Amino acid sequence: MSHTLASTLMNLLLHTLAVLVLPPLIPGLIAKVKAWLAGRSGPPVLQLYYDLAKLARKQAVFSRTTSWVFLAGPVGTVAALLVASLLVPFGHTPAPVSFEGDVILFAYLLGLARFLTVLSALDTGSAFEGMGAAREVSFSALAEPALFFGFAALAKATGSLSLAPMLQAHGMGKVGHLSGPLILILAGWAIVYLAENARMPVDDPNTHLELTMIHEVMVLDHSGRPFALVLYGASLKLVVLGALLVDPLLPRLAQGWLNWLAFLAALGLLAVVVGVVESSTARFRMTKVPQFLLAGVLASAFAFLLLLV
Amino acid sequence: MSAQSLIPVKNGQALPLAEIPELSVAAFREAILEAVSLGQRLACLCADGQRRLFAVLADDTGGQLHVTRTQLNEPRYQALTPTCPQAHLFERELAEQYGITPEGHPWLKPVRYQRPWTPVGAEPAPLPLPGVMDFYRVEGEEVHEVAVGPVHAGVIEPGHFRFQCHGETVFHLEIALGYQHRGVEQALEGGPHPLSLKQAETAAGDTSIAHAWAHCRTLEGLAGVTVSQRADRVRGVALELERMANHVGDLGALSGDVGFLPTASFCGRLRGEWLNLTAEVCGNRLGRNWLRPGGLQQDLDGAMIARLAPRMAQAWVETQDSVDLLWGAASVVIRFEGAGHLTPSQAREIGAVGVPARACGIPMDVRQDHPFGPYGMHPVEPVLAESGNVHSRAWVRWRELFESQRHLAGAFAELAKSPSEPRPGPLPNLASDSLCVALVEGWRGEVLHLAITDAGGRFSRYKIVDASFHNWFGLALALRGETISDFPLCNKSFNLSYCGHDL
Repeated sequence: MSHTLASTLMNLLLHTLAVLVLPPLIPGLIAKVKAWLAGRSGPPVLQLYYDLAKLARKQAVFSRTTSWVFLAGPVGTVAALLVASLLVPFGHTPAPVSFEGDVILFAYLLGLARFLTVLSALDTGSAFEGMGAAREVSFSALAEPALFFGFAALAKATGSLSLAPMLQAHGMGKVGHLSGPLILILAGWAIVYLAENARMPVDDPNTHLELTMIHEVMVLDHSGRPFALVLYGASLKLVVLGALLVDPLLPRLAQGWLNWLAFLAALGLLAVVVGVVESSTARFRMTKVPQFLLAGVLASAFAFLLLLV
Repeated sequence: MSAQSLIPVKNGQALPLAEIPELSVAAFREAILEAVSLGQRLACLCADGQRRLFAVLADDTGGQLHVTRTQLNEPRYQALTPTCPQAHLFERELAEQYGITPEGHPWLKPVRYQRPWTPVGAEPAPLPLPGVMDFYRVEGEEVHEVAVGPVHAGVIEPGHFRFQCHGETVFHLEIALGYQHRGVEQALEGGPHPLSLKQAETAAGDTSIAHAWAHCRTLEGLAGVTVSQRADRVRGVALELERMANHVGDLGALSGDVGFLPTASFCGRLRGEWLNLTAEVCGNRLGRNWLRPGGLQQDLDGAMIARLAPRMAQAWVETQDSVDLLWGAASVVIRFEGAGHLTPSQAREIGAVGVPARACGIPMDVRQDHPFGPYGMHPVEPVLAESGNVHSRAWVRWRELFESQRHLAGAFAELAKSPSEPRPGPLPNLASDSLCVALVEGWRGEVLHLAITDAGGRFSRYKIVDASFHNWFGLALALRGETISDFPLCNKSFNLSYCGHDL
């Protein structure tokens, strides 16, 4: 790849555009797949765009018990995720921002996003939101090690602490394609992906039952524009974490636009897979979720061990 | 227990009040307590404006109903609840409806937040606000309280649930209903009038047929009218279609609550197919206006059966396919088995009826125990399960579909052969100073209508007991020690009626 200024700028532009415009498509795709598998026609793929447009025109309602922390939740979450998204390479195009150690920043930006969401939930003083926050925090405490063991394994394999080389090394032939450790890492991360994005079998994004929700219940009190940010943030998370999953699997192609195309296709395929998983399995009992997450931790921990020896 | 204290009566049989001896309060209590200790069930306990107490006891294994009554001289008596927990809600109701104090009752909370009873001519008491009362509280540093409803996140009926939790574990659940109190019983007093059937049908909208049938049978019993066999057979079709539609909907909803989409989606549609069969006959998906006192509003003629039969066969095949997916998914079965455990002794103690009782292995089905309509000649086998959890309740519903389907197919074959009948005329006047109890096995369980007439043959008291009235407390018990996130699943597995309770 020629590192001319023009191509770098072009990539930056495309990356930012993708981050801003693309995410709401993913939940739409998942919903469509689920609808098809259930024999329904389902909402349009672009439904989330319509919802965001509608919410953007709506007034927000704030409970009298809330403070500025309540609004800091959605705003801070989206801000943190947007910054994090700049650190992640999309396929084999370079990430807009990349430096040694950015993987740590990335992980903590995700942590910050969650921290703000939880604070915002606690700020409402509602029993539901407190319950949801407790669940979110205890489950993500188990999901995080899986993510970190995966990072550690990749860092060991590639000798780098920057996301771009870590994720793209495989396609470049530096590390064996679909080697044992990589499969284990991706298996662990797939579990993290489902848990962090509040998908089945960990959480049911479609449920209206406030007592069973994990993530959804934390945002029940939001409305209007802040709620639009919450929805957009959730879809952004699907893309950012999705990039972690699909990047190592993509082959490096000669042309830049082909790499972009491959990435988008892989992201779409991931949405289809999530839709299929959600359609074919029931949700776990909440007490079983930690075991599922531990399986993810073990998978990526083994990958790390394999690379140590 | 003396032979005269409990008067045997058949399901749907009218009895002059003179034939029911008026016991002393002590004898009345003793008769009830002894019958319950011998395994009978308190199917109904109610009062009227003249401070008369009536009790209906059901001997399910002996296939016999018993009634008894007493006259209170002052608005208090010694409560039954401490020895007979089944009576707890009935006694709370007595206190609320007629200002009678059952002394020794642990907690006489409002049932429906209706206006407290005051003597005739006195200043009416202020109307209480629904849900405003003291709730049971668990104290402690780590205990927290979660309040849900009456406005819920889905489109469901209003009810308030108060959980006392330790982390995710529920110590205690308290259910406060009454938001849908419309005064159905009060509206029926002074009847029967032209609206009575409508009012009975809407006691619980999804159980229209069962309530309409129970109402018709009290009227027919009091009027001394016998319904033709053909009309009874058609009523059986109506009741079983209602059961099919609701059980199919419930299995789908249970599946939806654990996030298993295939069955949830298919059953959602199939419930509509079953409802449409009812709509085809009487023009209403819930079966309103199908029955009428004395017979039927809409008969089921040969041409109609020829239209319905293939549609029903198709719906049945699709229903089986759809629900088979549910039992084939290990992830679903594990969820069902791990939640909402109700023990048989708890179920007996609180007097649970219908699906939750049968799911604990208690053989109890009005269609078999106190046969009415076509069920004497065409019996239906009660479906039992053992574990008393969500899985058992789902399983009972599933196997009941087969029984209902068998009954429907038999009825269709028979009805197609006999000619349809003209619509019956109005009923003769009702017997005066009489009492009639009619039990019908609705899809949730036992539906009881008790009518007492005055000297002019009008209703002086009309009591409705929906299965939900007995079973709501079972849900509270089933949730003890379970996780709060399983509540919606447990709730759905009972699927009780709010309006049937609130009346």
